[in-house]
Amino acid sequence: MRNALAFWRRFSRNRAALLGLFIVLAIIAVAVAAPFLYPDDPMGMVAQPFLWPLQDPEFPFGSDSLGRDLGAQIFHGAHVSLLIGATATIASVLIGVTVGSLAGYYGGWVDEALMRFTEVVQTIPPFILTIIVVAIFHSTIGTIVVAISIVSWPSVARLVRAEFLTLREREFVQAGIVMGMSDFRLIVTQILPNSMTPVIIAASLMMASSILIEAGLSFLGLGDPNVVSWGAIIGAGREAIREAWYISALPGIAIIAAVLGLNLVGEGLNDALNPRLRRR
Amino acid sequence: MAPLLDVRDLTTHFFTQKGAFAAVDKVSFSVNAGETMALVGESGCGKSVTAASILRLVPDPPGRITGGEIIFEGRDLLSLTMREMRKVRGGRIGMIFQEPMTSLNPVFTIGDQITESLREHRSISRADAERRAIELLDLVRIPDARRQIHNYPHRLSGGMRQRAMIAMALACDPALLIADEPTTALDVTTQAQILELLDELKRSLGMAILLITHDLGVVAEYAQSVLVMYAGRGVEAAKVEDLFHSPIHPYTRGLLGALPHPDDDVDSEGRPLPLNEISGMVPALDAMPAGCRFEPRCSYAVPACKMTDVRLAPLAEGVRSAACLRAADIVQDQP
Amino acid sequence: MQKVVKRNILGYKNNESKSQRAPFHSTAGSLWTDGAQERLDPQRFHVPALIKPVLSRLWRSVAIVVAIAALNFIIVHMAPGDVADVMAGESGAASPEYLADLKQRFGLDQPLIVQFFVYMGRMAQFDLGYSFRFGRPVASLIFERLPATLILAIPTLMLAFVMGSVLGVVASRRVGTWRDAAISVGALVFYATPLFWIGLMLIILFGVKLGWLPTGGMQTIGANYTGFAYVLDVGRHMILPVVTLSLFYMAYYARLMRASMLEVFGQDFIATARSKGLSEGRVAYRHVLRNALLPVVTVLGLQVAHLLGGTVLVETVFGWPGLGRLAFDSVLSRDVNLLLGILLMSSILVVSTNIAVEALYRWLDPRIGAA
Repeated sequence: MRNALAFWRRFSRNRAALLGLFIVLAIIAVAVAAPFLYPDDPMGMVAQPFLWPLQDPEFPFGSDSLGRDLGAQIFHGAHVSLLIGATATIASVLIGVTVGSLAGYYGGWVDEALMRFTEVVQTIPPFILTIIVVAIFHSTIGTIVVAISIVSWPSVARLVRAEFLTLREREFVQAGIVMGMSDFRLIVTQILPNSMTPVIIAASLMMASSILIEAGLSFLGLGDPNVVSWGAIIGAGREAIREAWYISALPGIAIIAAVLGLNLVGEGLNDALNPRLRRR
Repeated sequence: MAPLLDVRDLTTHFFTQKGAFAAVDKVSFSVNAGETMALVGESGCGKSVTAASILRLVPDPPGRITGGEIIFEGRDLLSLTMREMRKVRGGRIGMIFQEPMTSLNPVFTIGDQITESLREHRSISRADAERRAIELLDLVRIPDARRQIHNYPHRLSGGMRQRAMIAMALACDPALLIADEPTTALDVTTQAQILELLDELKRSLGMAILLITHDLGVVAEYAQSVLVMYAGRGVEAAKVEDLFHSPIHPYTRGLLGALPHPDDDVDSEGRPLPLNEISGMVPALDAMPAGCRFEPRCSYAVPACKMTDVRLAPLAEGVRSAACLRAADIVQDQP
Repeated sequence: MQKVVKRNILGYKNNESKSQRAPFHSTAGSLWTDGAQERLDPQRFHVPALIKPVLSRLWRSVAIVVAIAALNFIIVHMAPGDVADVMAGESGAASPEYLADLKQRFGLDQPLIVQFFVYMGRMAQFDLGYSFRFGRPVASLIFERLPATLILAIPTLMLAFVMGSVLGVVASRRVGTWRDAAISVGALVFYATPLFWIGLMLIILFGVKLGWLPTGGMQTIGANYTGFAYVLDVGRHMILPVVTLSLFYMAYYARLMRASMLEVFGQDFIATARSKGLSEGRVAYRHVLRNALLPVVTVLGLQVAHLLGGTVLVETVFGWPGLGRLAFDSVLSRDVNLLLGILLMSSILVVSTNIAVEALYRWLDPRIGAA
């Protein structure tokens, strides 16, 4: 508790981090409020097409080329972006932590093999690999999450491995070995909790990049066709970009806000959790 | 004759989130040409900041020199423009640092780093600079200097690197060499070699050395005069023989292991004092006593010490000074 | 409190052990002890020191490419449906006769392990299969589109690296001033902005509203420029896509460079450089920059991998006829052969960049050669 308080004091001293936290909370609020503010299907054609923002008080965000309420789409889009961003991050962290802790704990050929594999994955251009996975396995929220986590886990694995390599030599781990703890218990109860700091920081940055990847996929028309997504609105708006550029502009601002907020939070966490440590 | 370097009431503050603290508080001392002068004290006493202040190398922020004068060769260094100051750095005053492992730039050769200094201060051709660099490496006894100038720092041991640092600092024949804990990071035998080398160079080149150290043994062997520092202030200044023969300030006495003192081996509350060790801790910068800063740890303290902000003052003889209310009493008690 | 001040003296930390201040410790054990004789001749040592590790890197790179080819095989076989259908594309463009031929050529009726070796054998000859969307071999399509992507990617990388580094250096030298704040905020925002969105906004501003620059394609259609006029025309078409692609990476390098410079500014040898009487400019550009570049160069390879993904988006936005656009088209028609070919080719580009980066790093950091 005392630690949490000290952490909060350090975090809140950083104005940029607080701004980031505020943005992230605001976007979560938007996502939560969406079904209440816009209970109808956001894909429904409810207005006259090509209403500019503020032109019609009933649709303050304007409408798109099919007369769908842009506000409803953006609000509901927040939900999809956050959902995909969060689940993809959790999945990548799980894969990364597993690979990294096995490599770091066992060392030797296990480490060698896993790290070589990680290197191979890191060589493949990530966005192209996600496109291929989504293209082959069809676009659903599930495949998008899988595709993003396939390309995102290597950085976590490297972080965790590095932590394990140093922690493995520490007294409390050695004591655990002497006490005859099983490898699994040692990893899960002793080493992992002590190596979470860099993972938490990486996770918030990774969520930001997951949102960017998802936006790129849905912009290309590879998103889940059954849900609204910010990238998809921008992609659809492209066809009428000359006349109604606001259709593409508005969701872009939402993406920037979400990614910026998460990046600021990540940096704030980094500064608050390792005050003097170098960032890797 | 005027001293080569005369530091008067030098004050350097650090401005932190918790407020401004004087890391160096009205410190005065002087260094004569050809002499080794030692600043001695525990880590954190302000001796390194003093050294950095002389070359105006205290990083700003958080540090800033806020008062005093640093008269070197007749000019106040604090009034020089940056351009003039740069001519002094590495030109008239050389400096070597505590950590030879990290004080050389890892991506340039030893030769590059020496000639850089030469070419900064003198109009000298590349070939001449290289020749001079080889001479300098010979001077600091780095074997096979001709090859070594092409080597990178990571190929040299700590002792060799410190020699290279010295060669660099001496490149432009400075009148003063500031050596900030030059041997702290080295092993014992190498320490002795480096200190011997510095001493010889001092004699043969006729330069003065300002030696910053926490090691009184080093002071005794290599310095002629000394200023003892405590918590950002000078507490005792003397010739080395005098200091070791008859230390006056209770802190100096503590450092020299001059206890047991006249009041027997007990402190004011009757507890026995350990030998050769000063009880208590150096006060934190944000919790400095108002009076004498050593008072909480001092076995000579009287109530007045708590109130009086006592400063370095010359004693009767005139050649030495101490910052202690009871200095006269202590001198009288000396055997 | 005392501790803080102590750390701040000249930026060095009195009581920390050498191993704690890791970044510039020597990797090889020191070859020198006091008074020892020289064991290495720097002149003789240098050339093999540069080539040998690069060669071993080459072998590792080949292994990586082989592994990626194997991964391709796995992806094809994980795809839902008949492998032959996957290979022929989803559109049903292939005739039953062709499918039968495909099955036989790739040995699809053979055991999986045989199929694997047949597949790898074809990959080794750079036989990447046939694209049904375009009715041509994948390899020739890729080589035809590669140059267009390279003339986007290479200027982007150079622009982003140089401009980003310059901005990072400027910000680090003026920490806490409005200049630093402006650069840092700008970098933060562009680092959060989707490429394709910037592209669209630039098209609206410079293409539609101002009418200064073409909004898409690689050349003016029907103009049939030749010689210098052609180069100029392509150049004009390049501006928006290159700027779009650069902004993100510029922001990235600016942030990285700023952090790296600040890190190096705190090192002991910077105090040494200042004590030699060097000007702040010389300290920054000679002593700090050279060291600060090292971590920035290291990430270049990862950035190239990322950038090749970015070209898919940018080439789609600007209708640029490169590999990225080809990838997008093949996604639409589920042309798996073509997609995997592009994946392999772009991985080879990344691997080659990594080799170049490794050599560059060795040249920049003399400590590596000793390991």
